[in-house]
Amino acid sequence: MIMMQPKLHDTEIQRIIGWILRVGVILSMLIVFIGGCVYLYRHGAETVHYKEFIGVPGFVHSASGIWHGILTFRGRAIIQAGIILLIATPVVRVMFSAIGFALERDWLYTAITLVVLVIIAASALTGHAG
Amino acid sequence: MTVTAITLIILAGAYVAGLLGSLTGLGGGVVIIPLLTLLLNVNIHYAIGASLVSVIATSSGSAAAYVKEGITNVRLGMFLEIATTIGAMIGAVLALYMQTNVIAVIFGLILIFSALMSLKNKREQIETKPNHWSEKLKLNSSFPSGNGVVSYNVKNVGGGFFMMLFAGIISGLLGIGSGALKVVAMDGIMRIPFKVSTTTSNFMIGVTAAASAVVYLQRGYIDPGLSMPVVIGVLLGALTGSKILVHTSSAGWLRWVFAVIVTFLAVQMIYNGLNHNI
Repeated sequence: MIMMQPKLHDTEIQRIIGWILRVGVILSMLIVFIGGCVYLYRHGAETVHYKEFIGVPGFVHSASGIWHGILTFRGRAIIQAGIILLIATPVVRVMFSAIGFALERDWLYTAITLVVLVIIAASALTGHAG
Repeated sequence: MTVTAITLIILAGAYVAGLLGSLTGLGGGVVIIPLLTLLLNVNIHYAIGASLVSVIATSSGSAAAYVKEGITNVRLGMFLEIATTIGAMIGAVLALYMQTNVIAVIFGLILIFSALMSLKNKREQIETKPNHWSEKLKLNSSFPSGNGVVSYNVKNVGGGFFMMLFAGIISGLLGIGSGALKVVAMDGIMRIPFKVSTTTSNFMIGVTAAASAVVYLQRGYIDPGLSMPVVIGVLLGALTGSKILVHTSSAGWLRWVFAVIVTFLAVQMIYNGLNHNI
């Protein structure tokens, strides 16, 4: 079925969502790149292997460790901060979707979007436990 | 190997993976994980963590462009994200307890399936029959095309939802976007037009990956030194791929080349998994 009238609703919020995604990716990649340069400058000549799984270095494993690492200009802490920003980008997108649906008074989809956020939060807690 | 050497090698490999993944629509993860594990001896947990981060980057980057065009069905994506995020959470938790060689074998099987799916010819389908659930959930929509706005209906909501749950588990377990499985759910089961399913699937991949990335992050699967060249390389490769895609009309031969490469990698993953080399 072909209609001639384009649908105009929710284009504004989609524009904002597109903007969030783009800014999130560009910003996080910039931070990862800067951190990568610092990391290579400080540790480039060292040897490394990833054969055994031993987790990540302690200073990039907690929020406080990463924060301290950034202040002391440690490359991998800066990279990890960029990666966390990247992971947060789609989550922020979901939050804005919820706001968008609420503004449209589409309560069904406001609820559906909030359910997705709750699942992601639950997932974050799963990772923390045990 | 020194940090500089391994970073440059991974950067180059990730660029090629992102390029191929973008040109064929399979995503960079399916190439970068075998590359890291088979060639560079990287533990599969680290490889999956790094791949997952690159999946978020490419999907968010291209979704930004697609959402603007108004082809993405945001409601459908949002609704199915319930299924994919639950699946991703299950998959990430499964990965913590599953033996690495079992993960490698499953990875190989999904890889072969993805390669076969990429060879299938896609034809445009427009479902017009009304459906109770898709009306209730406001999933039916329209998209702009060359000859006006095309309206379509969504079929078999329950079946599609269930398939998305599976796609989410695979994504969380293997650290890939599992675009092939999402296409099965949307094209095959829900009968959504190909243009809409491609962009909507891409729109969902970032959120799905984020749901399992939060688990991986806390478990130390996402190593910054390794993820850095992977995510930068894959994203740049995908950007190049999207530029090429605009200029070349037929990528038929390329799909075949890629399918052969992917199948070869898949067999290697299965072989090494069965022999407990991974």
